[in-house]
Amino acid sequence: MANFSIFFFTSILLLPLLCQSFSTANPTDKRILVLLDDLAIKSSHSIFFKSLQQRGFKLDFKLADDPKISLHRYGQYLYDGLILFSPSINKFGGSFDLASVLEFVDSGHDLILAADSSASDLIREIANECGADFDEDSSAMVIDHTSYAVSNSEGDHTLIASDDFINSNVILGSKMIEAPVLFKGIGHTLNPVNSQVLKVLSASSSAYSANPETKFTSPPSLTGSRISLVSVVQARNNARILISGSLDLFSNRLFRSGVQMAGSLTKYPKSGNEQFATELSKWVFHERGHLKAVNVRHNKVGETDEPAMYRINDDLEYFVEIYEWSGTSWEPYVSDDVQVQFYMMSPYVLKTISADQKGLYYTSFKVPDVYGVFQFKVEYHRLGYTSLNLAKQIPVRPFRHNEYERFLTAAFPYYGSSFSTMAGFFVFTIIYLYNK
Amino acid sequence: MEDLEIEKGSKLRFAFGNVLSLFILLLIGVLAFSIRLFSVIKYESVIHEFDPYFNYRVTQFLTKNGIYDFWNWFDDRTWYPLGRVIGGTVYPGLTLTAGTLWWILNSLNIPLSVETVCVFTAPIFSAFAAWATYLLTKEVKGTGAGLTAAVLLAMVPSYISRSVAGSYDNEAVAIFALIFTFYLYLKTLNTGSLFYATLNALSYFYMVCSWGGYTFIINLIPMHALLCIVTGRYSSRLYIAYAPLIVLGTLLASLVPVVGFNAVMTSEHFASFLVFIIIHVVALVYYIKGILTPKMFKVAVTLVVSVGMIVCFAMVAVLVALVASSPTKGWSGRSLSLLDPTYASKYIPIIASVSEHQPPTWPSYFMDINVLAFLVPAGIIACFLPLSDASSFVVLYIVTSVYFSGVMVRLMLVLAPAACILSGIALSEAFDVFTRSIKCQLPDLLSDPQPAAGDTASENSAVQNDIVKVDKHSTAQKSDEGLKERPSKKNRKKEKEHVEKVSVKARKEKRLLVLPLETSVIAILLLVLLGAFYVVHCVWAAAEAYSAPSIVLTSHSHDGLHVFDDFREAYAWLSHNTEVDDKVASWWDYGYQTTAMANRTVIVDNNTWNNTHIATVGTAMSSPEKAAWDIFDSLDVKYVLVVFGGLVGYPSDDINKFLWMVRIGGGVFPHIKEPDYLRDGQYRIDSQATPTMLNCLMYKLSYYRFVETDGKGFDRVRRTEIGKKHFKLTHFEEVFTTHHWMVRIYKLKSPKNRIRGKTKKSKLKTSTAAKLKKVDQGKKNPWH
Repeated sequence: MANFSIFFFTSILLLPLLCQSFSTANPTDKRILVLLDDLAIKSSHSIFFKSLQQRGFKLDFKLADDPKISLHRYGQYLYDGLILFSPSINKFGGSFDLASVLEFVDSGHDLILAADSSASDLIREIANECGADFDEDSSAMVIDHTSYAVSNSEGDHTLIASDDFINSNVILGSKMIEAPVLFKGIGHTLNPVNSQVLKVLSASSSAYSANPETKFTSPPSLTGSRISLVSVVQARNNARILISGSLDLFSNRLFRSGVQMAGSLTKYPKSGNEQFATELSKWVFHERGHLKAVNVRHNKVGETDEPAMYRINDDLEYFVEIYEWSGTSWEPYVSDDVQVQFYMMSPYVLKTISADQKGLYYTSFKVPDVYGVFQFKVEYHRLGYTSLNLAKQIPVRPFRHNEYERFLTAAFPYYGSSFSTMAGFFVFTIIYLYNK
Repeated sequence: MEDLEIEKGSKLRFAFGNVLSLFILLLIGVLAFSIRLFSVIKYESVIHEFDPYFNYRVTQFLTKNGIYDFWNWFDDRTWYPLGRVIGGTVYPGLTLTAGTLWWILNSLNIPLSVETVCVFTAPIFSAFAAWATYLLTKEVKGTGAGLTAAVLLAMVPSYISRSVAGSYDNEAVAIFALIFTFYLYLKTLNTGSLFYATLNALSYFYMVCSWGGYTFIINLIPMHALLCIVTGRYSSRLYIAYAPLIVLGTLLASLVPVVGFNAVMTSEHFASFLVFIIIHVVALVYYIKGILTPKMFKVAVTLVVSVGMIVCFAMVAVLVALVASSPTKGWSGRSLSLLDPTYASKYIPIIASVSEHQPPTWPSYFMDINVLAFLVPAGIIACFLPLSDASSFVVLYIVTSVYFSGVMVRLMLVLAPAACILSGIALSEAFDVFTRSIKCQLPDLLSDPQPAAGDTASENSAVQNDIVKVDKHSTAQKSDEGLKERPSKKNRKKEKEHVEKVSVKARKEKRLLVLPLETSVIAILLLVLLGAFYVVHCVWAAAEAYSAPSIVLTSHSHDGLHVFDDFREAYAWLSHNTEVDDKVASWWDYGYQTTAMANRTVIVDNNTWNNTHIATVGTAMSSPEKAAWDIFDSLDVKYVLVVFGGLVGYPSDDINKFLWMVRIGGGVFPHIKEPDYLRDGQYRIDSQATPTMLNCLMYKLSYYRFVETDGKGFDRVRRTEIGKKHFKLTHFEEVFTTHHWMVRIYKLKSPKNRIRGKTKKSKLKTSTAAKLKKVDQGKKNPWH
């Protein structure tokens, strides 16, 4: 019994240490489950996996139909990220299924999903749930007769080279990807209303999606630059998802192969795939573009304590510190477009707040002449960055009864008249009563 | 010699009568207090209903933070996000009274909780009100009438309905203040004493602190003053009673933050100022009349009148021009609603939606004042025999209050004291006549000269009555003579001797007005029977009709007593399971209770000061789920609370109030149209209901999973099966439903983490959702 209690207490003492691994202080994923159709993919895509491992990820390879797959144990997730390189799987092993993938994402974890022409309904369903619709024709591939990659063997123009990247340094890294990316697989479309999904690599305007083997019976349903080849999703809870229509994009073969776009004379010795995949995986696994805001505080000008309530027309100062995760540490995030609202049903004050070099944003303004329950709101949504939604409630009260001016200069005539009336009445009374 | 003996006997009788009436008054106080305790005995010592919870919360704040913080209290837990300046928008009288009571008790080391003090404030003040009624009626018709009126008031059902233990509302103290102010006015009128006039102003100040109904006083007293002037009853006593009250009262009233400049700027107070001017003019005329010869006076009058007419015409012309140029023709909605009782229900739905603002039905008069309704006419007649200043005031009081009670059920409360006073006068006069006839004939029958002991009171009252009359005569004479002195003690003594003589004479005269003995005895028996009926009815009303606290409900069925404590269950759930800063949306009826019992921020509450905000909530309740979600989300609402009576048959639930939400919402946001919710003008929730009705949020939140209870979805309040039985909620989730399903609490689902793509099976759904969203953002959500 005594032993047990000692064990119990030590485990309680150790609990904070154990919990360290789940803390949000380090947003980068560490443990990643990779599900494969075939263990051969492990070697055929080894460059991509190796680059992940070199960056410190612990990869756990499993066959997608392994009956022992489980994402969590005792209510805790065992993994921070999931790579689904198993396009043809129809049913995962074990208790793992579509719902658990979505639940995994909804609890804030990240996902890389790669499909190809053999993509199963399950994979399509997952992509669909995340906002990407793969071409419904199961035999279709993306074909492009003008911007295909010049190569010796393949004449059906399904290996296409695209350099139509999203214009975002956050997602694709600050170093420009020079060479086009080779892609061989199926295309998908995004709902333009959906603001969460982004086309990272889109097809050229001459691309279309059809079965390369057969002749057309009807015009292809997906054409032109509507087709997205690779997309990313950032969910509302900042979970990130990468959806690629091509598994080969990550393969060693395409990483290493040279590329020359049709109609272009420049021949790149190495395709842009490796850089593209690596940078994108950095983004997906939160090594980049992850913001946090801390130390939100406000006070009256000239004071340091945060009041429980402001009065109308008070002057106040507002501070917030914003940091970006660089993969290893939190670096100050300096930008000139962060705005704070002083909000009650609509913004009464909207100010751009400026930062110093340490990421400390500061502004000061006057509380409007309206009382009510206000909020300091920072809603910062920038392409590629995690969204910041800060709201801090603060009531604003009217003047207290003794905070008004005691005597108004403009009212002196009135004071004078009332006192003179009083005096006059007094004199009149005396005269009337005692003057016979 | 004979005079001396009579004097001795009457002195003894006076002393005996005084002790007896003091004792009776004490008992009346006990009666008034104890008849209101049924609610505590039958239920428990809790605060009742809706508004009392707010008053209770304010009192708690007052006792905790002191008066200055209370005065400056800005409450951020209600009317989110607007907040409410409570210190400046609340009538502080009740709160300060209970707070003071609590403070006194605590400093006497009687550690009562604030709640206990609040619960018993109303019964205590009804005892005070009964005593004030005694004083007021005594001023009019003497002690006997006073005592009768006090007894009647102590148990009049109309007043009980607002002052049972736990009904901690403004009216509880305001009725006392109202009667006491009237008493002091009459006292001043009868004595012409400046001391009472000052007291009167203070009492008026207390009334202004307590209740918005003070406007009744500030209109009734000028009306009476005007009546006196018009009927040629102007005297310096009237001037003393009226002028200081207006000056001091207006000054004091403007000290109350909630009244402030309204005391001189709103139309409710204009009558008093007008009469104030008139009374000065009249005083001046009387003064001039005193110093001029009658001939000269006539000349002066014609001069002044002709000049005055010209000035008046000019003034009227200017006024008419001004009024005609204003768009509303000078009439505000409020004054119109007072003149035309149906105005509010036609044009202001938020006023009409409150049941106590509806005109009363005839049965409610019999319920609330019972036999007094029959006695009042007799009392009015008694007031005219003879008509004095005081009795004319009482007549005016009853006439106006009958009118106002016809406008609003709520003002029945103002009628009740008037009815009690007049019935008291009627009963006491009747007893007076009958007992006198019996007494005159008894000596002949039994040849026993000793008067019966029971007659003392009425005898006494008759004497008192004469005193008053004589008093008035003498003072009137004096004022006519232009004496400036007030009646001193010396004069009083002289008067008393005078009174004795007069009363003896009067008794001799009255001996002629005797009724036959048998008739008198039977009439007395019948009157006692009538009184007994009244007592039985009042006790029944106090015990059964008005004692329910309405937060705990009971019902008797064949298998015994059922207690429905769902409201407190729900509020307790909220306070234990939600975050402190979470916002709870519900229809405004439940706002006060949510802030007081669950301590959560609400969007709207029973202080319906902002129609737009209420209309927003009404619109949300009558919109489809998605639109409602958008509105609630823009108001930061986390939980939605609905009251549903369909399972147990609780009729005042949200579905029955729903049409008001539609009307109030539609009044501000015209895309909500009442006909959309009605099938052929009928409000129904069965399979014939309109699709708008079946898809609105209120329907869905009320009937979600309802079919699981009995398999059919039979609504016991509407006595029908519901129209749409199986449905799912997409933007709300049920988090708590009380034991009898009376309160259901839903949580707003957070927006979807991911947005789905569109495939064939979901194509239709997402596209309509997208369309809806667009429409909502463009139009329906008022805050976007």
